[in-house]
Amino acid sequence: MTSSTLDNAWIPPVVDGSAEDGAGSAATRRPPLVVWLPAAIVALLVLVPIGYLLVRAWEAGPAAWESLLRPKTARVVLNSVVLACGVALTSTVIAVPLAWLTTRTDLPGRRWWAAVATLPLAVPSYVGALAVIAAFGPKGALQGLLEPMGVERLPSLYGFWGSLLTLTLFTYPYSLLAVRAGLRGLDPAVEEASRSLGQGPWATFRRVTLPQLRPAIAAGALLTALYTLGDFGVVTLMRFDAFTRAIYVQYRSALDRSGAALLSLVLIGVTIALLLIEARVRGRQGGAAARVGVARQSGTVPLGRWKVPAIIFCGVVATLSLGMPIAVLLGWLLRGRRDQITGLVTAAGHSLELAIATAAVATVLALPVALLAVRWPGRLASVVERTAFLGYALPGLVVAFAFVSIGVRTPWHQTLALLVLACVVRFLPEAVASEQVSLRQVSPRLEEAARGLGSTMTQAVRRVTVPLAMPGLLAGAGLVLLTTMKELPITLLLSPTGWSTLATDIWTASNDARWAEAAAPALVLIGLSLPMTLLLQSRDRGSRADHD
Amino acid sequence: MTETQMLPAALACRGLRKTFGGSPVVDGLDLEAQPGELVALLGPSGCGKTTCLRMIAGFEPIDAGRITIGGRVVADAAAGSRRADPPEQRRVGMVFQDYALFPHLSVAKNVGFGLKGGSQQAAAVHDALAAVGLAGYADRMPDALSGGQQQRVALARALAPRPDLVLLDEPFSNLDAELRVALRQEVRQILRAANATAVLVTHDQEEALSLADRIAVMWGGKVLQQGSPEELYLRPANRTVAGFVGDAQFLPGEATGRRATTDLGEVPLHAPATGTVDVMVRPEQLRLTPATVEEPGNAVVVSRAFFGHDQLLTIALLGGRTLRARLGAYGGIRPGDRVTVSVRGAALAFPQAEGTSSSR
Repeated sequence: MTSSTLDNAWIPPVVDGSAEDGAGSAATRRPPLVVWLPAAIVALLVLVPIGYLLVRAWEAGPAAWESLLRPKTARVVLNSVVLACGVALTSTVIAVPLAWLTTRTDLPGRRWWAAVATLPLAVPSYVGALAVIAAFGPKGALQGLLEPMGVERLPSLYGFWGSLLTLTLFTYPYSLLAVRAGLRGLDPAVEEASRSLGQGPWATFRRVTLPQLRPAIAAGALLTALYTLGDFGVVTLMRFDAFTRAIYVQYRSALDRSGAALLSLVLIGVTIALLLIEARVRGRQGGAAARVGVARQSGTVPLGRWKVPAIIFCGVVATLSLGMPIAVLLGWLLRGRRDQITGLVTAAGHSLELAIATAAVATVLALPVALLAVRWPGRLASVVERTAFLGYALPGLVVAFAFVSIGVRTPWHQTLALLVLACVVRFLPEAVASEQVSLRQVSPRLEEAARGLGSTMTQAVRRVTVPLAMPGLLAGAGLVLLTTMKELPITLLLSPTGWSTLATDIWTASNDARWAEAAAPALVLIGLSLPMTLLLQSRDRGSRADHD
Repeated sequence: MTETQMLPAALACRGLRKTFGGSPVVDGLDLEAQPGELVALLGPSGCGKTTCLRMIAGFEPIDAGRITIGGRVVADAAAGSRRADPPEQRRVGMVFQDYALFPHLSVAKNVGFGLKGGSQQAAAVHDALAAVGLAGYADRMPDALSGGQQQRVALARALAPRPDLVLLDEPFSNLDAELRVALRQEVRQILRAANATAVLVTHDQEEALSLADRIAVMWGGKVLQQGSPEELYLRPANRTVAGFVGDAQFLPGEATGRRATTDLGEVPLHAPATGTVDVMVRPEQLRLTPATVEEPGNAVVVSRAFFGHDQLLTIALLGGRTLRARLGAYGGIRPGDRVTVSVRGAALAFPQAEGTSSSR
């Protein structure tokens, strides 16, 4: 059952203090120093940016408070929340049928579609935004096609609708992965029970499958909503007045940075509120049914005459979210001035360097946190765990802003170390969630057996637990690697001067409309991310159990 | 009884075949159940019995053969009359091995799931829950129930729509031994009260013997023998059935008419036979008497397992062969004692087969 490691890694855990299972007798014991001290230090590290923001807000002058209380702020909040809800909704609408088609039906090329539908994760959303503008924007490819037919103007793409379209196209795979994991977690016998009680396939889906999928759907919607709230690139390119854009403008324009700090805190508050709402929705669901016996693979639903519409649906989604951006980028590269493209290898090297360093550090730092939460649940564990997961609520721009401001006063200003640290804080939850899932699958009895054979706690973890949990650790590392590589605002604000990555190269070149110079690093970035996405996706297959 | 025989069989399977990845799992299976009857499909794990159940329920398409439920053909793989009704149209209630209760619905909603809405639904749900002794549990969620309670909800849910046939897939395998025995008889009574026809899949011979009206022993994708528990136990059709239903041991012998000469001496046979045979003796068929001066005995007691209600002795015959003998708890025979072994009643003889294992 390790196959679900990745899927769950995307999903923040329920914010709920109840004791976790699998702890056994360890629950009553105090965690050893070698576990709780590093875990507590990691938690403090995550608190650094929030602490900074709080200090800044405390020092804020009346002008900053006044600007926060302006109606414009309320409008920005509303914009962001509506956009986040919209993206969550449209992503779900795309992801649920896609997940069902690729796990439960006789869709031709089911496996292939499952992989293709996950691949848009390899396209950074700001690159996607550039492609969407090029394809559907004013004087874009679509208008070029329609012009002979007398269409002179397309409805304006900029603003809400463009942001919604772009963010949906490039974040729905988060939702897809969550729903697929949920679908595979269902006991097929439950659906069969419904069929034998006289319900047809559609009624069974509506009355049995869908209600049970609710937690997975909520988790997927939450992930896309969180991504949207924290997104900086898309709303900036689409000129939509969302939160992050307002913070960036404040940060760039005002001398006093308290305004940006206050806005950041409001954004964090909105995000935490979202997390709490989701936890409530999931909490009401109640525990999953006790599963005894061996889960079989679910039967395949024949699509019949719906086969062609299903293929068209998958095809349209894949074309828009994968084919379209790659075609646009290739077009730019072929038509543009390729002689201007320089430093591609250096930038790619920097991107990899940053991503690998972040993944390694995050994986190691996440281990004590995950171990504490899984093996010694209690007050300390739940405080540390929740703090570590705050990274989900910290938009990249906010982390970047805090670390820049702190960094200026330290000798680490303009160093790679500070950049890696900021990225670790931002992406730590991905590693922790993934490690928790796989640590839960390692029975504490095995550690106890090792202790009984003379190992110390540390030795037992190193020799037994870590090797057994390795798939989860690697999945978490892979996830951090992928997301760090695509990351924009932290890299943009914290990169040492002259130290460019693929992400920053794409951003600066596209700001100057040097399209060929933006296309080349974008294609390299997608090229580097694709195998990583495929690798993670291939872990996402369910285990098969055979019939009697 | 004549009236019962006029009705079509509640279930009739003819020549069922199912192949997974080239190897047949069910291979020409015939099975029948009369209305109101509880049939146990008994076989070792991997013999295809669950696959057979899933084909009857409609979760698994059949490769060959025909399934008729209450006279209606629900699946037919014959070229001319291809037919495969979806599960929801078969009126078959299924009790799954892990119960498969809907985790998002209360007990009452689980039981009412297969019922048409309306005023009668609530009454039907109440009746169904009362029948399984869970009237006060309507609003519980499945995860707040014990294993035995989940089992009974699953049964109530399957029975509530009054299906033509109830299928139970290893329904007691997830319960602990004590609960299993108690629940078996309860399930039997509930099924009888509902006058339901049921097919139960199990690998537990004791369960099949104590519960079923009729047992079909399944082996290698086929039904080897169908009959009442007594028939199967006392008159197994072949060595495989004899070895699987109850504890069987085989003694090689030479038969002439109704007698066979074996290591135990002359053994009376149930039916006449000739030539080299294997004589089946159940452990409880053996009679041991302590050796005396007149009768020096033909065996030595090797070991003894005491169970309270009875005891199992392992004895070594003079020829070196060992046998098991089941005796009442009260007997002074101890390991090391010399005894005379004889067979009570008549024994069954099977033609000696090459390469078959002698006993379980």
